[in-house]
Amino acid sequence: MLKLFLRRVALTLPTFVALMFVTFVAVRLVPGDPIEVRTGERGISPERLAQFRHELGLDRPIWQQFLDYANGLLHGDFGVSIVTKTPVLNEFLILFPATLELAFCALVFAIVLGIPAGVLAAVKRGSIFDHTVMTAALAGYSMPIFWWGLLLIMFMSEYLGLTPVSGRMDLINYYFEPVTGFMLIDSLLSDQEGAFGAAVAHLILPSIVLGTIPLAVIARMTRSSMLEVLGEDYVRTARAKGLSPLRVVGLHALRNALIPVVTVIGLQTGTLLAGAVLTETIFAWPGVGKWLIESISRRDYPALQGGIMLISGIVILVNLIVDLLYVAINPRIRHGG
Amino acid sequence: MPAINTKVALAAAMLTAFAAPAYAAKTLVYCSEGSPENFTPALNITGTSFDAARPVYNQLVEFERGTTNVVPALAESWTVSDDGKEITFKLRKGVKFHSGVNGFTPTRDFNADDVLFSFERQWKPENPYHKVTGGAYDYFNDMGMPGLLKSIDKVDDYTVKFVLTEPNAPMLANLAMDFATIMSKEYADFLLKKGAPEQLDQIPVGTGPFQFVTYQKDAVIRFKAFPAYFEGPAKIDNLVYAITPDPTARYAKLKKGECHVMIAPNPADIAGMKTDPAVNLLSQPGLNIAYWAFNVEKPPFDKKEVRQAFNLAIDKAAIIKDVYQGAGQAAVNPIPPTIWSYNTAVKDYAYDPEKAKAMLAAAGVKTPLDIDLWWMPVQRPYNPNAKRIAEMMQSDLSKLGINAKLVSYEWGEYRKRMQEGEHMTGQLGWTGDNGDPDNFFFLLGCPAARKGGQNLAKWCNKDFDALITKARTIADKDERTKLYEQAQVIFKEEAPWFTIAHSVVYEPTRKEVVDYKVSPFGRHEFYGVDLK
Repeated sequence: MLKLFLRRVALTLPTFVALMFVTFVAVRLVPGDPIEVRTGERGISPERLAQFRHELGLDRPIWQQFLDYANGLLHGDFGVSIVTKTPVLNEFLILFPATLELAFCALVFAIVLGIPAGVLAAVKRGSIFDHTVMTAALAGYSMPIFWWGLLLIMFMSEYLGLTPVSGRMDLINYYFEPVTGFMLIDSLLSDQEGAFGAAVAHLILPSIVLGTIPLAVIARMTRSSMLEVLGEDYVRTARAKGLSPLRVVGLHALRNALIPVVTVIGLQTGTLLAGAVLTETIFAWPGVGKWLIESISRRDYPALQGGIMLISGIVILVNLIVDLLYVAINPRIRHGG
Repeated sequence: MPAINTKVALAAAMLTAFAAPAYAAKTLVYCSEGSPENFTPALNITGTSFDAARPVYNQLVEFERGTTNVVPALAESWTVSDDGKEITFKLRKGVKFHSGVNGFTPTRDFNADDVLFSFERQWKPENPYHKVTGGAYDYFNDMGMPGLLKSIDKVDDYTVKFVLTEPNAPMLANLAMDFATIMSKEYADFLLKKGAPEQLDQIPVGTGPFQFVTYQKDAVIRFKAFPAYFEGPAKIDNLVYAITPDPTARYAKLKKGECHVMIAPNPADIAGMKTDPAVNLLSQPGLNIAYWAFNVEKPPFDKKEVRQAFNLAIDKAAIIKDVYQGAGQAAVNPIPPTIWSYNTAVKDYAYDPEKAKAMLAAAGVKTPLDIDLWWMPVQRPYNPNAKRIAEMMQSDLSKLGINAKLVSYEWGEYRKRMQEGEHMTGQLGWTGDNGDPDNFFFLLGCPAARKGGQNLAKWCNKDFDALITKARTIADKDERTKLYEQAQVIFKEEAPWFTIAHSVVYEPTRKEVVDYKVSPFGRHEFYGVDLK
């Protein structure tokens, strides 16, 4: 197990190096530099442009800039944002809890609905329920997030008046300083009556929007995996033994069917973080997705590079954990490899 | 319902007991667009950043809310010397700085030292704050302050003299701009001693109507009314900026009462807002202009008749209707009608393709004629879709046998090449900084017609230039008005531009908001605003 763990960790290293290189090059391929982009109709004099480029180190050879950047990263230094002049890591740490909280709630939403829906669809294969679930999953999977988010705001918040429109907290009635950055926890710590309820209410719509694609993927995966397992000999044996259908499906079949589902859930981390970019913009959610989008439009190289490295690092880490989890629930891999 | 009411009352009571702002009080929420870069206007260039700092600060002179008029603020009065080269400000006495923000308690009132510090930070490299937070000071440089200022002298604690290198009438309007914000020297010294100078730009302390409470990036900025404000405390107790980037979500929040005022509605939502019973839709023409410049250095645009013919050839009304969708007003003069000296007697060229064709033929232009037509690749406040406008112009021109090739580059490159004069014809625009006519007219002056200058028609008319140069140096507004009115007549006759439009700025507020005024500068100001 330890050997396997070390091997997997070692495999992630080249990924990181490649990533570092790709982000560095990619952000510079976008036309316009951070100084020209913030200049308006007036333009900027060549002298001032040269001075600012020099101050930001943009006038040095590109390989030297890359070496400095790589060297900084090795020392845990992600650089300083060109726009706000604050360290990139600080900005990330302030914003990341909001993204994490949202992604977690979206994933819980997707799992809690997706697995039972997939199991039921498999068990009642060919029924109206099955067809409904699969059609809904297809629709969910192809749903444009922006449109879906605005639709939900219009229906749930404006028309029915059930949920707040956007943001993380009711700003008129509550005020407390963030402690952990997780609104669910901070609202409890604040001791203000109703604050926790407000935090939950604000999470509902963004979680649904962000969780829709993972929900669709998980439901489809659970269904197909269940169908496969339900045809296996051991399931037939379990049935023949006279076990209750609930026991057969819930215990014998589902446990085995979950293995590929866990992998898929792990892979959804990437989808969640990518989806967060749009979800956070619609719902004014102060997370890293929105921050990255703004960094692109402002050509804030350090923020962009640092942000992408940090997020990719998290995705790689989650996939590593899923790989190891996979080994833990599937002994065959452990023995085979 | 009574149970819920009790809960709300209880929560409110608890809040008053524990938290700084009392929420039983009046809280106005403004749905803003984005996060500020920091809270020091001198460092910034975006309206979003200026809006975030404005509640906290004052300038020596300010723009009267909702207008472009310059009125006294931290300076009670001022006198201009006869040669126009010295402006002496009498400062207001008894003005307090905010107390208790970031552990700072002021020991003295506002005085001349604060004025000197605020400008020297931007001007003098030896000032200890000059390099703090990047120190770009774009506006200070762009408004030509280093060239215009000879010295800023402290005459006594409550008198400051600005000595200029040449008479400059727009200077007073410059000093009302955000970059000329007055900061506390005592707070700056306090932070230097603490070893945290960068906090000057992150945790603001000013003399303004609202005191800074907290800022959470991309989420919220909170202020509370400053009870000792020199013009009397604000009518609202708390001011909250809810940062909401999506315009549709902003409107939904406004409808639900999650915010009271919102910035930048979707053009598509305007019609709905007009009939929405919860919404008061305020509007004002923006302080801007979109134009299409003809490069007079490239034939046939060296001929006045050709430029006039091009003015006749384009269906402006169609552009306003299609591209601006009601949020635009056809432009006649090179300045918007909200600026003083706007000449209402000047008439626009009417759309008349037949006459245009005849004029082109008379000017000796052979068709088919190949020209280029540049459009900028970005949306600007004065132009929502330059490409679409270019396409409409292209189609109008094709009826006259003119083939316009559409050209565009990345924004920085586009601007640079246009300023170099590479184009034959091209679109751009301008947003006013200080409400002074000179801030628009200089775009058509001879100095700006040089290679790399901002006169994109490269048009240098001696009569026009003499008028605007003279107007810049006279202090008397009536006299200046007369000169600018004449300049507008020459401009229209000479037709170096096809004036496209001034955008109309819409500001939706909730019905319970009282006395909110739309700023021609696109500012958002909440002192003087009340909630019913």
